[in-house]
Amino acid sequence: MRQAQSILPVYAGDVSGVCSALFELGGMVVIHDPSGCNSTYNTHDEIRWYDQDSLVFISGLTDVDAIMGNDEKLVRDVVEAARQTRPRFVVLVGSPVPYQLGMDFGALAHLVEERSGVPCRSLPTNGMHDYVRGAGLAFELLAQHVDARRGPSARSVVRVSVLGLTPLDFAAATTRPSLEAWLGGEGCELVSCWAMGDTLEDVRRAATADVSLVVSATGLRAARVLERRLGIPFVTGVPVGAFADELAQALRAAAADGRSRLAYQAARRSPAGEELPPVALVGEPVSLGSVAAALEHAGTPCRLVSPLEDTDRLVDAQRGDVCARGEERVISALAGASTVVGDPFYARACARGTRFCPLPHLAFSGRQWLHEIPDPVRLDPPSMVRAASVVGGETAWA
Amino acid sequence: MLTRVTPPRGEGAARAARGEGSPAFVRIADAAYPRPIPNVLEFNAPVHESWNIVHTGMLLPECHQIYVCADNCLRGVVLTAAEMGASDRLSGVVLEEDDLYADNLETATIEGVSDVIRRLPHRPPAVMVFLVCLHHFVGTDVGHVYRELGRRFPDIRFLRCWMDPIMQKTGVTPEQRERAAMVDVLEALPEDRRLVGVVSDDLRLPDDADIARLVTDAGCTLRQLHDARSLADYRSLGASTLLLTRTPFGWYGLERAARRLGRRALCLPPALSYDGIDAGLAQVATALGVEAPDTRARRAACDEALDALATDLAGVPVAIDHLAVNHPLELAQLLLEHGLDVRRVYVDVVSPEERTAFEWLRGHVPTLELWSTIHPTLRQVARDAGDGLLAIGPKAAWFCGTAHFVNIIETDGMWGYAAVRGLVRLMRDAWAHAKDTKALVPRKGLGMPCACQVPR
Repeated sequence: MRQAQSILPVYAGDVSGVCSALFELGGMVVIHDPSGCNSTYNTHDEIRWYDQDSLVFISGLTDVDAIMGNDEKLVRDVVEAARQTRPRFVVLVGSPVPYQLGMDFGALAHLVEERSGVPCRSLPTNGMHDYVRGAGLAFELLAQHVDARRGPSARSVVRVSVLGLTPLDFAAATTRPSLEAWLGGEGCELVSCWAMGDTLEDVRRAATADVSLVVSATGLRAARVLERRLGIPFVTGVPVGAFADELAQALRAAAADGRSRLAYQAARRSPAGEELPPVALVGEPVSLGSVAAALEHAGTPCRLVSPLEDTDRLVDAQRGDVCARGEERVISALAGASTVVGDPFYARACARGTRFCPLPHLAFSGRQWLHEIPDPVRLDPPSMVRAASVVGGETAWA
Repeated sequence: MLTRVTPPRGEGAARAARGEGSPAFVRIADAAYPRPIPNVLEFNAPVHESWNIVHTGMLLPECHQIYVCADNCLRGVVLTAAEMGASDRLSGVVLEEDDLYADNLETATIEGVSDVIRRLPHRPPAVMVFLVCLHHFVGTDVGHVYRELGRRFPDIRFLRCWMDPIMQKTGVTPEQRERAAMVDVLEALPEDRRLVGVVSDDLRLPDDADIARLVTDAGCTLRQLHDARSLADYRSLGASTLLLTRTPFGWYGLERAARRLGRRALCLPPALSYDGIDAGLAQVATALGVEAPDTRARRAACDEALDALATDLAGVPVAIDHLAVNHPLELAQLLLEHGLDVRRVYVDVVSPEERTAFEWLRGHVPTLELWSTIHPTLRQVARDAGDGLLAIGPKAAWFCGTAHFVNIIETDGMWGYAAVRGLVRLMRDAWAHAKDTKALVPRKGLGMPCACQVPR
């Protein structure tokens, strides 16, 4: 059965995605759920929880309130908490039971806004999707509310807003400074970063960008909205190894001609063909696609396996890439690969004798290997692959 | 140090919580019973040392856990097991939207669980199947699910468990149901009149606990869930002449199991009042047909230890949380009676066993602060400059911002006068030696292995 998970964990859920995306923006996220969603999020998916005062709460939904349709309790509690904590905005998100009951979150958000005076929106999560969906919806919501007009660039610098940067995909503390330094070195200016290290005001400056840099699948929905609403083109990719130069060129080109680009796919060199490339990269496709581009630059053909939702457009079936949700499909997709790059948990899905390169991913393995999550900007993919260990051999991952 | 991401301002929770009128605490004189602070939105502090249903279930030898739930719910339990290094004992079946439209989740549950079992490298003798809130709401025919699983896998004993937190406040909780399922498999065996079994508890009862001493002095053997090396070994505890648990969560199932087995059973939460300890010992003594022990010397030893501690900790404010000890108000009373300066107790619900201590504190220390551990305003309260305070428990440590804390849960398994002496020892040690709070309290399941790497 496709949904059976015998040996692999599941990715962070849509609810965690929303919370992570909005964490630093001074709002309040309320998960309408009995318990559990918040604990899972702040234990395994949120490394900022100990020290930062972000307002993420659960409603503590009970069976009686659910059955009797006591939505008034949720509205009353949210309004009261908003009065006490003064958030910039409120976002309501749902979990499985409210979804099954068909709760009208849009109407509830309207009531909260009316009574509290605080802008309130809802996002259609239900705990049954992964973080790409949730964070994507949250960033999309932000993009819909970016209202400043885009000004023409008067300077030679390319103004860039980064979309899709959350600890779920980029848990190494140096990632943002590295990205910012790289952009500066390429003659670009970071005007907005969605959403690590930036305030709500910073986020709004995305409207002044010449181009959006989508660094993970979570940023794609917002990028499309900004493109459609404000005419800002987007480029997908992370500056990894030898691919970084091509990414910089893509940013400049997009800023010049206004056309969006899947930069890491354009930079891949392996010819499309019948035979599957021997190196499989499994996980978030923008990061790993960038790693693949760097590896192919060094002559190692690769293919991507994306176990995440909403990523169909980020893989290239002609190169052997595939979207594979669920354990059964992932195992099947990795079969035949001589080398696999991915979160250490994926070693369990590899055949004995496969060469494995661990690349821990917070959104998958949580804090299990947190301190070993690399800064992708500093990653050297060819060296990483050369250091691969063998599944079933004397390794920590097998 | 708290990093602000919410807008700075001159009013609101952060300031209010330090002064009068904070909605996150109440003076005990003004506190309602049993819930001093009303339920509103809930904040979850980054303190995860308490056990959850995964940890408890892992105590059952040779048992595999299967959770049938949505992605978001599954992630927490899968990673709990992973951090314990026990991933090979837990699997999941992911429920999707389409499953809700297909039938009442019977098909997804039966086929998913069956598939997981077929894929396991070893056939477990027992499987805990955890159904969830959704199964209640779609009206799953649970009987049909287990009948079919039993037909397909007659060699496996299925334990009917739930992960349905929607019932947490108003019904039988997941913890109660899980413990009930665990004692349901105790085997009906001829009574061994020299055997006393301890079941349904998270932490092992130490050998020096007053109950353990009483059982041994009565010529009986004490065997615990934690000592079982196999499922058969655990099931043989059904021969016990007396079955004990220290957790009220365990009593729901144990009472029923004892009736089925025709045995006596007792629930003895770790009281921290002398009279409460003696009452518990008297119950055990009566059940075993022996004299209750004379505890005067033990009381005197505890008094002496507490008085000495009060001298050593003169002027040190103390905060207690409900994770650390099962009876925080009794501990507060005990410490205050001996001259310690207890200022705060972090407790969301006062248990019925603590009603007497609650009333005593209302009358004698009306200014004692009862703090919520989940109120939303607590998210914004500054936690620095707490090192002048001794915390008993990881939540109190985090909320107060102190590195001087007793890092235990559930009274560390201790019971009786030994628990009082143990707590005195731990408090003295905590005051003498600072701990790295940030490195410790986010770990899950204190006492279980935890291989996580917490944020630095």
